[in-house]
Amino acid sequence: MDNLRNLYQAVIMDHYHNPHNKGLKGYPKMHLKNPACGDDITIEAEVQDGVIKHINHQGNGCSICCASASMLCLLMEGKSVSFAKKEISKFYDLVQGKDGDYDSLGDANSLAGVAKFPARIRCATISWKALEMVLEGDVDEEKEI
Amino acid sequence: MLDVKRIRKDFPIYQNNKDMAYLDNAATVLKPKIVLDKMNEYYTNFGVNIHRGVYKLSYLATQAYEKGRSKVASFINASFEEIVYFKNASEALNFVALTWGEANLQEGDEIITSELEHHSSVLPWQQLALRKKAVLRYLKLDESGRITVEALKEIINEKTKVVALTLVSNVFGYITPIEALIKEIRKYNCLVVVDAAQGIAHLPIDVKKMDCDFLAFSSHKALGPTGLGVLYGKKDILKGIKPLFYGGDMIDNVELYDSTYREMPYRFEVGTPAIAEVIGLGYALDYLKDIGLDNIKKHEQELTCYALEKMKDLKHIIIYNHNPDLGIIAFNLDGVHPHDVATFLDTDNVYVRAGHHCAQLIAKKLEIVASLRASFFIYNDKEDIDKLIRALKKAISFFYQGE
Repeated sequence: MDNLRNLYQAVIMDHYHNPHNKGLKGYPKMHLKNPACGDDITIEAEVQDGVIKHINHQGNGCSICCASASMLCLLMEGKSVSFAKKEISKFYDLVQGKDGDYDSLGDANSLAGVAKFPARIRCATISWKALEMVLEGDVDEEKEI
Repeated sequence: MLDVKRIRKDFPIYQNNKDMAYLDNAATVLKPKIVLDKMNEYYTNFGVNIHRGVYKLSYLATQAYEKGRSKVASFINASFEEIVYFKNASEALNFVALTWGEANLQEGDEIITSELEHHSSVLPWQQLALRKKAVLRYLKLDESGRITVEALKEIINEKTKVVALTLVSNVFGYITPIEALIKEIRKYNCLVVVDAAQGIAHLPIDVKKMDCDFLAFSSHKALGPTGLGVLYGKKDILKGIKPLFYGGDMIDNVELYDSTYREMPYRFEVGTPAIAEVIGLGYALDYLKDIGLDNIKKHEQELTCYALEKMKDLKHIIIYNHNPDLGIIAFNLDGVHPHDVATFLDTDNVYVRAGHHCAQLIAKKLEIVASLRASFFIYNDKEDIDKLIRALKKAISFFYQGE
């Protein structure tokens, strides 16, 4: 039960029920789908002078997937692309249970519990992967992961 | 009820997972020791290739392999040469579309199937229809989601060339009234293909009585090993089909510019087959026969009634099939993603499926992304269901806290 409480902390459920930056506005985007479970997330971001001016998400999925997208947007809005890339790679380490200092991830730090549920890691990372691709200039209507 | 305590002794996985409530039997079933032992015996005592060798061990291996085919044939009341092996039921169903379908379908011909199908039963025909400009038609499911004779009558006509249907729904556990449907289908000149993957270990199947043209199932859903699927094809129809794959073992006489092929079923089976798996499946079917398909069905029905009775008292639960014929219950907790619920159940070692169950069409019809599915088999008992209910209650009190 402790692992579960860790996985589904109040902050996660709060992001799930009251998501930040939900709804697309027409910026460059990446739409990722996990056909095995139905997670379906689009991340859009506008970058100006190396800074993420706007970032939004839209989609369907489990609470982990949706909360993670909300946390991602909250964290990355107004931040530099180099910060974003560093934090994305930190987040991948976090959900795989690697030791490190993750305070800079903000609310997303609360997703550390996913490491105890390997089947759910992809739920947590799908939106981060999508942003990573947008920042690499890899924008697409729809891709599978 | 079956003697679950005794049955579990035959399944070594329970020794290594003592607290598990395995309720994902519609995905695959666990394997009895006899199947593992007999596969191991082949590799340990006479693990050589079949059909080619003239030495003793090869003869033994060939004997064991072909005994497997005889057991499959007798299990569904077919003849030896009507049984063709593939790597799973999906491949077997594709074979029918790629051979008979490619050769016989023309533009404007109609194919009937249903939204209840597993992807493997629809997609081979959907793609063939696209290639051939044939028309794919879905019969209308009744209110509870069942396939009915009336619905078939509404759309079958002179242009219908294929009817491809599932014997048991892997989402709802409904048994298709296949014999009555086929009686109706026989008024027209068309092929009947039955996907029996979800039925093979749960109800008696007699292909002669059913009068289907093709019927496919996978070994792993019938207590056998993975990597093996069976296709039954009526002798006269198989005779008219050209091989799909060419190469080892399926040839008769090879010349520089053309060749001749062995008799059926061998002409359809290319290369070294899954020898140990075929042997294993034979013993799996023996095991099922010993328990008795009617007893299995009864056991599942009793567990299902018990589970539904308990589940209906849970708050926030949505059940999609209130009257399943076999041990499958599809459900959700209202407003909670099934993967979140499945993770809760997982931590209590209650294993259910969460997803679209390889049947996206029916999920779309229900207008849900995914659902939970609990499915029962011979080694499940009421205690497993109690565990499920306890774990669901935990999930409910978590996801609806404050209510």
